[in-house]
Amino acid sequence: MRRFYESAALRELLRPLGQIAVFVTVSSAVLSILILFLAFLLRGTAVNQLTLSHYKVDIFFYTLQNLPQVLIDGVTLGFVYAAIALGYTMVYGVLEFINFAHSEIFAIGAFVGVELLIALAKAGQLSSIPLWGAYAWLALAIVVAMVFAGAMATLMEMTAYRPLRGAPRLVPLISAIGVSFFLQDAIRLVESLTTGQFHRIIPTFGNFDQRLSIGRFSIGATTLSVNMQYKSIVVIVAAVMMLMLLNYLVNATKMGMAIRAVAQDRPTASLMGINVNRYITLTFLVGGALGGAAGVLYALKFTRIDPFVGFFPGLKAFAAAVLGGIGNLTGALLGGIVLGLLETFAGSYLSVFTMGAFGAEYKDILAFGILIVVLIFRPAGLLGEQVEQKA
Amino acid sequence: MIATIKSLLSGAARQCEHWLQQGKRPYAFTCVYLALGTASVFFSPRSLIAFIFFLSTALVVYYLKMDSRFKLALAGFALLVLVPIVGIRNIFYLEVIFQISVFTALALGLNIVVGFAGLLDLGYVAFYAVGAYLWAFFGSQQPYLLHYIPGTAPPGTPFFLPADMFYLFAFLAVIVAAFTGIILGLPVLRLRGDYLAIVTLGFGEVIRVLANNLDKPLNFTNGPQGITPIQRPSLPEPLRNALSAILDPLVQHPVSEGDFYNLYFYLAALFVVVVVIVVATRLDNSKIGRAWTAIREDEMAAVAMGVPLVRMKLLAFAAGASFAGVMGVLFAASRTFVSPESFSFMQSIGVLSMVILGGLGSIPGVILGATVVIILNLQVLMGLSLYLSQLRQSDAVIPIINFAWKNLSTQLDPAKYQRMLFGIILVLMMIYRPAGLIPAERRKRELSTHDPENSGSRSEAAPEPPEDADAPA
Repeated sequence: MRRFYESAALRELLRPLGQIAVFVTVSSAVLSILILFLAFLLRGTAVNQLTLSHYKVDIFFYTLQNLPQVLIDGVTLGFVYAAIALGYTMVYGVLEFINFAHSEIFAIGAFVGVELLIALAKAGQLSSIPLWGAYAWLALAIVVAMVFAGAMATLMEMTAYRPLRGAPRLVPLISAIGVSFFLQDAIRLVESLTTGQFHRIIPTFGNFDQRLSIGRFSIGATTLSVNMQYKSIVVIVAAVMMLMLLNYLVNATKMGMAIRAVAQDRPTASLMGINVNRYITLTFLVGGALGGAAGVLYALKFTRIDPFVGFFPGLKAFAAAVLGGIGNLTGALLGGIVLGLLETFAGSYLSVFTMGAFGAEYKDILAFGILIVVLIFRPAGLLGEQVEQKA
Repeated sequence: MIATIKSLLSGAARQCEHWLQQGKRPYAFTCVYLALGTASVFFSPRSLIAFIFFLSTALVVYYLKMDSRFKLALAGFALLVLVPIVGIRNIFYLEVIFQISVFTALALGLNIVVGFAGLLDLGYVAFYAVGAYLWAFFGSQQPYLLHYIPGTAPPGTPFFLPADMFYLFAFLAVIVAAFTGIILGLPVLRLRGDYLAIVTLGFGEVIRVLANNLDKPLNFTNGPQGITPIQRPSLPEPLRNALSAILDPLVQHPVSEGDFYNLYFYLAALFVVVVVIVVATRLDNSKIGRAWTAIREDEMAAVAMGVPLVRMKLLAFAAGASFAGVMGVLFAASRTFVSPESFSFMQSIGVLSMVILGGLGSIPGVILGATVVIILNLQVLMGLSLYLSQLRQSDAVIPIINFAWKNLSTQLDPAKYQRMLFGIILVLMMIYRPAGLIPAERRKRELSTHDPENSGSRSEAAPEPPEDADAPA
């Protein structure tokens, strides 16, 4: 019995790894083929002339040259989205409620982590340390951000959402929007009172900004070198670890079983002796902690953060959660990866393919387009089942 | 102890009200109140308290029992005669009252969508933007500048249309915005309430991003710089002279052209507000309004009763959008400038917080909500900002913690913290008073016959008192 449990637990821990590998490969492959096909079609048009005169290569080779880098960037971004989307999807799974303020929990996590690193940098702890030291400090920043963001999410649930449980659907949503707006300005107030500025830049330390060269390939007359920033690797590894732990927590522990029971049927779970309120709070704690960690990873990847930093990643992550099938952890992962890839593709190729008419600025609204299309044609998402609306 | 004082006070208040509501007393009280309010604003034009005192006359008129014809006449007199005089005397008040009128119209339009039909629309300013950009494009030189990069417009470009086409475009905006509402509504109205909210939010952002980036390949919106100058409708010379003759001695300074335009746009906004109020009231008490209520309370039951769901939802969307569209035209003309910044998500939430504060579905409530939020925004927050900046320039020190005001960060500018204000309003109202400051009549009737057994099957947007909040759903 014990051995069976152990093997089941191990399986739950390892299953997401396989899923991630499959999702990343399949979605990268599908999107690459699509984009190459599109480029191939555009070969005979005026677009080709423009690329030829600008980059001295034809459009097909231009696309091919950039593809590996775009894929790497897209997958990295996708993991950031997936980590945020997990918070939305957990809360939605349990309460059927869009936690609009999750994006601010993410921003709080980012600020706590970055403030800690800035304090360390001021104390001189970040310069001339061994490599493992840099990684240890980063891990510490992530953990502190997780604790803080989790605590904030719990506090938020207790003050703004719990009194509204059982009210019509839109009431807690409006309250969540209020919390989101309140927190944006609260972060701004705290940050600007201390230094007079409300944006922060993560200090440079360790080898996170250096690039790891993966290889050089030659295609025809051109060679292309593929490399990856160390921080991208950190982001991916951290996000994968978070996903594995969360999957283990939800699917292989007693606590996870209780959370799933509450999600399925609250009154019955309560009759089975589960303290429903405690597990709802716990859901917010876990979702918030994940959001906090994602915040630090986001700050590491994009270096500059401000109090409104959560808004767009939050909305996109929500779109990712819906794309994958909200309430479904695996779906959030898939949705995040697909959305990250699509957005990076749009950011790098849209301008070239439309001859500069539509630039990378439009990538921000791509997520909404996807959201609308998914909701119209497959409201349950890619992996979701058709569920009846609860009364 | 506190409880006894509270009950004593509320008892006294009730007695006072009872005494006031007798016979001719309301008429006398209202007239005295209005006269005092006007006098206090007229003689101390800088005092916020006097201004609020003046505005609160509306509440007195609303709550006291009087002949409705008298109420109408008094409101008309106050809005058409007293407000212009007071406003021209202190032009800032006219600006505040203009903003109140604009946002009242917007909030009343949103109220049709959210309050009547129960569809949470988080991208409402998109329709406002559609109206504003419609007139901004056709009422400026922009159609001649399609091939110029923003900022390189050749000097002396003529305007595309004569200024008085403004009226035509105010009318066109109604149609265009309603059409936009239908275009957006058709695909998304099948969605459930919370998904609809997010999709409308996305739509709002799409419109903003388009406004920001449609300066290429053809320069439609002039990008983030925005379009300026936009024409205002012409004011007939004789009317101006006549008004000058009356107003100049009253306000004790010559009235400039800018002041006249402010007055004009205030009256135009007021006209729209009156139209919106009439239309919304008539709709609410019609078959359509009852269909909206049915949809809001229980979609499935409404369909079973034969309510054409999609058509009714589209109608709500289109009606709400059309009011926002016409206000957009007015806004573009009054500012002579539009830029994407005016149509951010925060504006949508601001309008939503007005509706929530006043009361979903309640027309007097929404007007009150818009007034309170605008006064908080424009007068209280800005007043605090001014006060703080004065303190910063002085040598004053906070006594106990020994902190010099001079060292206070300039980021602490209350006028910039509107989000916090909106957030607090939304959360507190949802928790403590979900029906708003002045609950809707229909909802009041519902609440008085509140049956806890049935609360589970209650509506989407109809908030109920949180008395059964702890019960598991």
